[in-house]
Amino acid sequence: MGMTMTEKILAAHAGLESVKPGDLINAKTDIVLSNDITGPVAIREFRKLETEKVFDKDKVVMVPDHFAPNKDIQSAQQCKELREFAMEQNLTHYFEVGRMGVEHCLLPEQGIVGPGQLIIGADSHTCTYGALGAFSTGVGSTDVAAAMATGEIWLRVPESIKVIVKNKPKDPWVSGKDVILYLIGKIGVDGARYQALEFTGDGLQYITMDGRQTIANMAIEAGAKNGIFPVDELTKAYIKDRFKEDYTVYESDSDAVYSMEVEIDLADLTPQVAFPHLPSNTKSVYDIKEDIVIDQSVIGSCTNGRFEDMEIAANILKGKKVAPHVRLIVIPGTQEIYKECINKGIVDIVIDAGGVFSTPTCGPCLGGYMGILAKGERAVSTTNRNFVGRMGHVESEVYLASPAIAAASAITGKISSPEEVK
Amino acid sequence: MTNYQGKAWKVGNDVDTDLIIAAKYLNDASDENMREHCLENVIEDFANVISPGDILVAGKNFGCGSSREHAPIAIKAAGISVVVAKSFARIFYRNSINIGLPIVTAPEAVDEIDHGDELKIDVDTGELVNVTKGKTYKTEVFPEFIKEIIAKGNLLNYVKGQVK
Ligand code: SF4
Repeated sequence: MGMTMTEKILAAHAGLESVKPGDLINAKTDIVLSNDITGPVAIREFRKLETEKVFDKDKVVMVPDHFAPNKDIQSAQQCKELREFAMEQNLTHYFEVGRMGVEHCLLPEQGIVGPGQLIIGADSHTCTYGALGAFSTGVGSTDVAAAMATGEIWLRVPESIKVIVKNKPKDPWVSGKDVILYLIGKIGVDGARYQALEFTGDGLQYITMDGRQTIANMAIEAGAKNGIFPVDELTKAYIKDRFKEDYTVYESDSDAVYSMEVEIDLADLTPQVAFPHLPSNTKSVYDIKEDIVIDQSVIGSCTNGRFEDMEIAANILKGKKVAPHVRLIVIPGTQEIYKECINKGIVDIVIDAGGVFSTPTCGPCLGGYMGILAKGERAVSTTNRNFVGRMGHVESEVYLASPAIAAASAITGKISSPEEVK
Repeated sequence: MTNYQGKAWKVGNDVDTDLIIAAKYLNDASDENMREHCLENVIEDFANVISPGDILVAGKNFGCGSSREHAPIAIKAAGISVVVAKSFARIFYRNSINIGLPIVTAPEAVDEIDHGDELKIDVDTGELVNVTKGKTYKTEVFPEFIKEIIAKGNLLNYVKGQVK
């Protein structure tokens, strides 16, 4: 019986010839990630073990990004814990404020993650790195504590769902965000629970590496354990000057077994919006008939804080003004993206339009700071979750969409397709 | 201990980790802070209205969303002894096992449990008794490996023997 990419990577890291869905394995980890929220909890647990040092100082990565630059005293305390541990353990990949970014934008960009790896992170969106052909999944703080000590993780081998992406988009505004929102709308927030979402098909050639990261990033919003893409020319070009290690390209066998197949025809796809309060409440932006007036538009996060996202938004905002009642908050994912935005005039465009251009941070995405919603307020956001109270007051609302829709909506003051502001 | 008895508190489907413990409280991971705000937007004053040992009964996909271990920690800190659900989101499931919060998957039982029912659960054998309704259910039992983690109390105790 053939194996999927996911199964092959897991087998290789568990030192096994083969694995099948349902097997419980102990696997070696290539990267163990945590942040300023989950890291301190992991560190406290790590201290309870009779071990002084992490298993490999090059493989334990810590990024203070959620409430950093420190939003309050308690956050400062947590970031300090992270920093002190990173210094004590002499971690190669600790990213201080000023060098950090939103973790899932940062790790691929800095060449810390690459194809064929097994990556775990105490952050649910760790699944992002599947875009590079890695097995990558979110775990808890205790998992990270144990993995920091042993370099291993217990995993249940997931079933795989094959997502066949075909044809070329006809709508110029269709992006990776629309592919994943559409998929979640179709299969539901638990449609891929415990499973791997494997993307394949001729349509992938039209989805950029930034777009693929957006898609893999939100695999968790369908309940998936991981999202994974084949390694192709686009992947190789992306990692060429970043990822310095030797890597293995794993391919799914033609007789690999899938629990389900889903097809997405890019030619039929339109820009999507997920209504409150679940990422699966999706609709085509063209089917929205009512006026959904917004108070805030957020462009950023580990889902859509990459350069391409900034560029798409800027092209729409250029020479336009944000509606008087709207706050536009643009947050680049990393310092490198920030600099590129300065160099390409994107910061000017955002500021001239009347928007905020922030330093990298998770900020409002999880209701941390930098754009919290008041009671009854409504935001369109390029982030990944629109749960009750996610971005502020329990009676606020979040609509999830692509950077193009978020930018267009900031101008019109209501949820709009980019066509409306052309 | 693998036997639990307590009163059922019912919540719906897709209760996410932001509802279990909102992100704004994550800047202070102390048990007290977690306890106080656990499920506060789902059941009013949750931490104070429940009694220690009570059982949380949820619909499908319980604990979806973020990887925050604070979610099962908050439920445990609030005094809940075991969570019964139609299904659990993946990371919540492993986090619960790793920190030693017992969880039970029992789709049919959940449908028939009413708020306030007295439940008796044996995690080892997978037997769930709805004492109020006089009905017994078989639930999914954990694989041996996970039973071992639970027997040791949590993942760290389990790992302790393995690190040099
Ligand atoms: S940007 Fe949002 S979803 Fe991504 S890691 Fe930060 S808080 Fe989590």
